[in-house]
Amino acid sequence: MTALKVNGRTHEVTAPDDAPLLYVLRNDLKFNGPKYGCGLSQCGACTVIIDGQAVRSCVTSVGSVVGQEITTLEGLGDINAPHKLQKAFIDEQAAQCGYCMNGMIMRSKVLLDNNPKPTDGEIRQALDGNLCRCGAHNRVVRAVLRASQEA
Amino acid sequence: MTIKTNRRELLKGAGSLVLAFEIPGAGEAFAQTAPAAPGAAPAAPAAAPAAPPLPGSLRNNPKVGSWLKIEAEGRVHLLVGKVELGQGILTAVSQLCADELEIDMKRLRITSGDTRLVPNEGTTAGSFSMPDCGTAVRAVSADARKILLDLAAQKLGVEADKLTINDGTIRAPDGKQTSYWELVTGQEFAVDATGKAPLKPASARKYVGKSVIRLDIPPKATGGQIWIQDLRPAGMVHGRVVRPPQYDAKLLSVDAASVEKLPGVLKVVRDGRFLGVIAEREEQAINAAAALRRASKWELPKEAPSSDTINDWLLAQKTKDVVIKDQAKPATATSAGTIEATFKRPFVMHASIGPSTAIGTLGDDGTMTVQTHSQSVFETGAAIAQMLGVDKAKVHMQHVQGSACYGHNGADDAAADAALLARAYPGKPVRIQWSRNDEHKWEPYNSAMLIKTKAEVDAKGDIVNWQFDLWSTAHGTRPGNNAGNLLPARHLEKPFAMPVPVNGGPPNYSADRNAIALYDFPGHKVTTHFIETFAARVSSTRGLGAYSNVFAIESFIDELAARAKADPLEFRLRHLKDERGRAVLQKAAEAFGWSKWEKKAGRGRGIAFARYKNLAAFTAIALEVEVNPSTGKIRVLRAVAANDSGDVVSPDGVKNQIEGGLIQSLSWTLKEGVRYDASGVRSEDWTSYPILTFTEVPPVEVVLIDRPGTPFLGTGEASQGPTSAALANAVFDAVGVRVRELPLTPARVKAAISA
Repeated sequence: MTALKVNGRTHEVTAPDDAPLLYVLRNDLKFNGPKYGCGLSQCGACTVIIDGQAVRSCVTSVGSVVGQEITTLEGLGDINAPHKLQKAFIDEQAAQCGYCMNGMIMRSKVLLDNNPKPTDGEIRQALDGNLCRCGAHNRVVRAVLRASQEA
Repeated sequence: MTIKTNRRELLKGAGSLVLAFEIPGAGEAFAQTAPAAPGAAPAAPAAAPAAPPLPGSLRNNPKVGSWLKIEAEGRVHLLVGKVELGQGILTAVSQLCADELEIDMKRLRITSGDTRLVPNEGTTAGSFSMPDCGTAVRAVSADARKILLDLAAQKLGVEADKLTINDGTIRAPDGKQTSYWELVTGQEFAVDATGKAPLKPASARKYVGKSVIRLDIPPKATGGQIWIQDLRPAGMVHGRVVRPPQYDAKLLSVDAASVEKLPGVLKVVRDGRFLGVIAEREEQAINAAAALRRASKWELPKEAPSSDTINDWLLAQKTKDVVIKDQAKPATATSAGTIEATFKRPFVMHASIGPSTAIGTLGDDGTMTVQTHSQSVFETGAAIAQMLGVDKAKVHMQHVQGSACYGHNGADDAAADAALLARAYPGKPVRIQWSRNDEHKWEPYNSAMLIKTKAEVDAKGDIVNWQFDLWSTAHGTRPGNNAGNLLPARHLEKPFAMPVPVNGGPPNYSADRNAIALYDFPGHKVTTHFIETFAARVSSTRGLGAYSNVFAIESFIDELAARAKADPLEFRLRHLKDERGRAVLQKAAEAFGWSKWEKKAGRGRGIAFARYKNLAAFTAIALEVEVNPSTGKIRVLRAVAANDSGDVVSPDGVKNQIEGGLIQSLSWTLKEGVRYDASGVRSEDWTSYPILTFTEVPPVEVVLIDRPGTPFLGTGEASQGPTSAALANAVFDAVGVRVRELPLTPARVKAAISA
């Protein structure tokens, strides 16, 4: 039995220590936010925040994050009370398919926590390791800029 | 006028009862088509009247009730065969339906892509969703509104044209009122659509023409359960398939017993060279699949085509040659010179960010239910039934959204994988998700192509004769009711043979899509050299041959403009009569600032244009680049697109498609080419197959020409072709070299500069 702190709550999970955090979050705890994209830490779709850092959950073992504060997309806000980044992504329609959106929002959350008023260039640098295949990049940048302008 | 309401129980849905009613005489349009014999099944279409075909997908699905149901609690249920691929279609058709029915969009719920519930609209592809589905939904909603108004007129004793509708509530001048829900809740529209009910004029539209928030984006932004990946039916187990190392590799041996002992493994499946595992937990299935791969021995083919020699391979194959345009040069046109060029492009992959996923469940009654993100649930379901050797009624396909789809990717094969594993493990939902490696190596690619162009010009440099010859393998190997088109079916002990591919003919074309230039050349000949064999697995990818053909046409015309010392925009307009084509070119140039642009060292501008398929949306793209002459590296500084998609339902939806397509095409054109040889596909992840990233994406401006009241012209693939040529043309303008082989990598550009 492993105790995982996710979105401010402690969850008991029965999973081998070497199981990737992504599958435990998705399958054991039924979070939809983090997505499987590559399993290789190359695309960013699986990003979660652990102790303030954007982390690729597909290559993070569950045993290595026991006791740490894990935040998923669901931990930011929900459809009725979205976080300012989630709201900005909705308002800017910052997606075509939206499969990468979890990673975009989670990486941007860490960016804004460290740099509340980033420039266009700083946003692009921060998101350069998050892949989008649909070409929604400029919408994503606009969404992050919009969120940074909200209080 | 009498209403005969026939309250027979006809269909039972999830807890709801649907009844049919017939309305002979409820509006003269229905008088001839409505009466159904008592007891006749409601789904049986009425005798087809000898009339012009119904609009869009109504042609094959005329029954109003197969599209629309008035449900309890003030709801309206819209059922469509086209599916959401990230293109926003479900939102767009909701806008159309809500406007024509005069209801709030919130009242709508939509079912799409369920083979037991929705009208069969074929494949969601080819930029046909708006022309087919959008047109049908608009017309059928207008028909339903007219039926409801006529019913209300009868109930309220007032002429229909005196009634007003507000959000489904119908009012008479004297204050009496009723509503759609009072009139027909739970009853089915058992009449055929007419396609003749008056449509809302642009001035009376509430949603159409406005950019509403797409229905799927709020749940996607907040972790809602909306993706196929998010389905977790009770008892679900996890499957994985182990593919051969190379397309034609032979399985020599496999030690399944060693894998069956691994933690959580429920079953190892072997059928010919189809290998799979089923395990309790997902990571256990992944580990078991890796172990199964290690425990299997394969023989690679001694020889196989290689991406390094694809251009020679294309020209060496036996071809089926078809002249698709043959307009002889008039005797009066005099030639003062002949110019030739050859254009090449490699295989390019769809490379969705989310790998293909499906869930299969074999039920007690023998029904195979498959949740899938296939574009073609009906045809793929029939192909799966053939693979399983069961009646197609025993395969129930349900579309659930997957990561964006740009054509025939791994979705259908994953559905077949799930069905094969579920058959081997009855009673439990078996979920399969391809690995990144599977997706990169096994999806069908967009075919490599080679194009030879030849033009004769007169003394002024104007084109008097144009010849275009293209070589390509197939662009369409979709399931199409045939198990031989499903990847795993070809790997079974009793393999299904892949059918010989065919090239799609006019008017859409396939390899030769957009091979006929829209320009008015005095002489014009286009020949397709179609190759029926394969150098790599291929199928429909956004734009099919249009990407390559427009690259060649619009690069070559730029070369001819330069030779004639003409402005590339002016030279195009000189050869183009089509008014809407001219309009997008001029609009793109205006938004770009073409006429006041000033040349700087290392910088260049390029423009290109096409009407997708010569019958869908018009798109012109202008962009500016900076080329580093010492490294050959291209930086795209900005891009502008002008688009005419006819009547625009969602301006932001159209812009999103055009902008997204432009950026994706930049990625293809700057970076992409699948590498493979006899050992298999070498482009197996994002490191070995890089795509454009945030710091490389330029600002993009999209300007629309809206034409309310005109037909919807498909948008989704319209920017792929023009982008590639606009880029090559801008590079030529920047550094004076013409690169005719894609992608435009730094090494290739540098070599051209040094040559």
